[in-house]
Amino acid sequence: MRDFFSAAVGKAVRAAARLRGGGSALPGLVVERLDPGFMARGLARLPLGVIAVSGTNGKTTTTKMIVEMLEAQGLTVFTNKTGSNFSRGVVAAMIGESTAAGKLQADVAVLELDEAHAMFFIERVKPRFTLLLNVLRDQLDRFGEIDTTARYLQRIADATTDVLVVNREDRLIAEIGDRTRERAAAGSGPEVREFGLAPALLSTFPGDDDFHVVPGQAAGDAATDPATDTRGAADVTLLELGKNAATFLIDGEAHSTPLQLEGLYNTYNAAAALVTVRAVLERAVAEGADTSARTTEVLEALSTVRPAFGRGEKLELDGQPLELVLVKNPAGFRLGLASFDAEGVAVMIAVNDQYADGRDMSWLWDVDFETLRAGGVDTVTGTRAWDMALRLEHDDVPVGSVEEDLGAALSSFRAQTQGRPRRIYCTYTAMLGLRKRLSEITDVEEI
Amino acid sequence: MSDKPELVIVSLYPRDMNIYGDRGNILSLTRRASAHGYEPRVIDLNVGDELPEHIDIVIGGGGQDSGQARVAADLAGRAGQFRELADAGTPMLVICGLYQLFGHRFVTASGATLEGIGVLDVETRGGAERMIGNVVVESADFGEIIGYENHSGFTVLGEASEPLGRVTQGAGNNPDDGTEGARTGNVIGSYLHGSLLPKNPAISDFLIETAALRRYGSFEPVASVDPTVERARASAKRRPR
Repeated sequence: MRDFFSAAVGKAVRAAARLRGGGSALPGLVVERLDPGFMARGLARLPLGVIAVSGTNGKTTTTKMIVEMLEAQGLTVFTNKTGSNFSRGVVAAMIGESTAAGKLQADVAVLELDEAHAMFFIERVKPRFTLLLNVLRDQLDRFGEIDTTARYLQRIADATTDVLVVNREDRLIAEIGDRTRERAAAGSGPEVREFGLAPALLSTFPGDDDFHVVPGQAAGDAATDPATDTRGAADVTLLELGKNAATFLIDGEAHSTPLQLEGLYNTYNAAAALVTVRAVLERAVAEGADTSARTTEVLEALSTVRPAFGRGEKLELDGQPLELVLVKNPAGFRLGLASFDAEGVAVMIAVNDQYADGRDMSWLWDVDFETLRAGGVDTVTGTRAWDMALRLEHDDVPVGSVEEDLGAALSSFRAQTQGRPRRIYCTYTAMLGLRKRLSEITDVEEI
Repeated sequence: MSDKPELVIVSLYPRDMNIYGDRGNILSLTRRASAHGYEPRVIDLNVGDELPEHIDIVIGGGGQDSGQARVAADLAGRAGQFRELADAGTPMLVICGLYQLFGHRFVTASGATLEGIGVLDVETRGGAERMIGNVVVESADFGEIIGYENHSGFTVLGEASEPLGRVTQGAGNNPDDGTEGARTGNVIGSYLHGSLLPKNPAISDFLIETAALRRYGSFEPVASVDPTVERARASAKRRPR
């Protein structure tokens, strides 16, 4: 009965908020206040429970991969796809997906959890499965230290009941895996599974430990030497990267698959999603669900996943491709630059310093922009456009124009780069602002 | 080999103490030194490395508590050398974590004490609250300094150090006395990263001029005002805390 009332109130608030053009999390906030147990009760009823996805980078696209792969296996999946990864966002999404009786109809929930807000979440709901992607320097204006972020992720791991999936190549995440394995060996703790990289690829994915590397010098010095790599096999290992393709090592067998996803990090996160999906499907089969866990079928589903909005998303403008590449921290920006060929592409960079971007822009100094030197950057925009321009100047990258206003910058970028493919590197709120303006002049998928 | 006069810049502990943009200070300082007609040579000093024989400028950044402890132990072994360099007038700029370790001591939030080398007359306690945001500082020596702070260290100055400046926006050394940074002789400590030097070339110029005068006996400034720097300063100053 309680569920019925809470869902009804939430649906009413949502209808009212929509009339006023209001935000998506408001009904969640109201129901959370009125009925603090609503979320936990609803999620506890799901037969396969909750899959939590956390880490500093790649949560949204990885969550999308897991959802689509599980759906392709016939499971009904609940997720917080608006990217509102605070608990009120989860509650708001639950209200939207609940029946009139207030029941959430799904087999499993896949939830992207913000590192800090996850603390509030795990006090109420224990995830059966948790995927920890990485701890990169991000949002240090919120958390202060990367070690703090790692401690948050440790607590999500500690709250996990069935399977913890960890990134073997991220030192802090791998340590969480080690501690959890020790706990499991002592009799309490989830099973630990890993995703990893073939030794040849380690240098392609520099971590924060490699930041002291001098610009221009190959990164990945701190990585494992392939000749002495004696580590056991990860559950899924990324073996090879191709253009819109990848090869994964699964159960000792190499599987190649085409991908709609672009970007090195998306491809590596696909390995993370594969481990998670395999673990969930194995449990589902063991618990009598009417599904299978065949690798070929799962990979086929993976091959059709498209990037989440703004994460290597491809639009078309004036008959030319336009890519949006979200950049939020030095490692992400470095990978973004390394993932997309700079040749023959007009480039805009949009840097905002709103709360959702991270207010502190110091990290721009930890990115090496030399790859943009030959082609230059056509337009720099955003609230921190001049900081970005100054940064580019220090790497001798020519800049066409600097315009803080996103709309004006987009217009001049468009006018000056007719007939060329375009790419925009943007921080989170700059991406939202540009998408809104782009939706007025071309097709942009609604979110 | 270039025939330009060289300046040897020692970058302190880049492996452990470069948490947020401190690399930009080295990049900016070397660019500015080149613009003034010098040949900058950067030497990294990490834990266990030997100090070079000749040093013109010392520069260091901030790290996490874990890295800072490693560095503190290494730095303690060189305290005499750095005090000698400072007493001789070597220009130095230390940000955040190394600012704290160039003071007398840093008592962390959990109560552990990291002994500093006492080049600056400051003491720091780790606080529960972090001081975070855009900062504007008025400095008698460098004019308006613009940066960003993100620290939980609560620093108090003794008599032998002057503050680098007075905070007009932000917290600075601590939330109470309105001071930011510290200076003893040619050694400057500050909580401003952001990075500090790209948007504050007056401080780069001070380091370069002091180094050039000590080594070559003269300094003719050549580098001019960079319009991009001016725009970046104006724009950062407008940003809310």
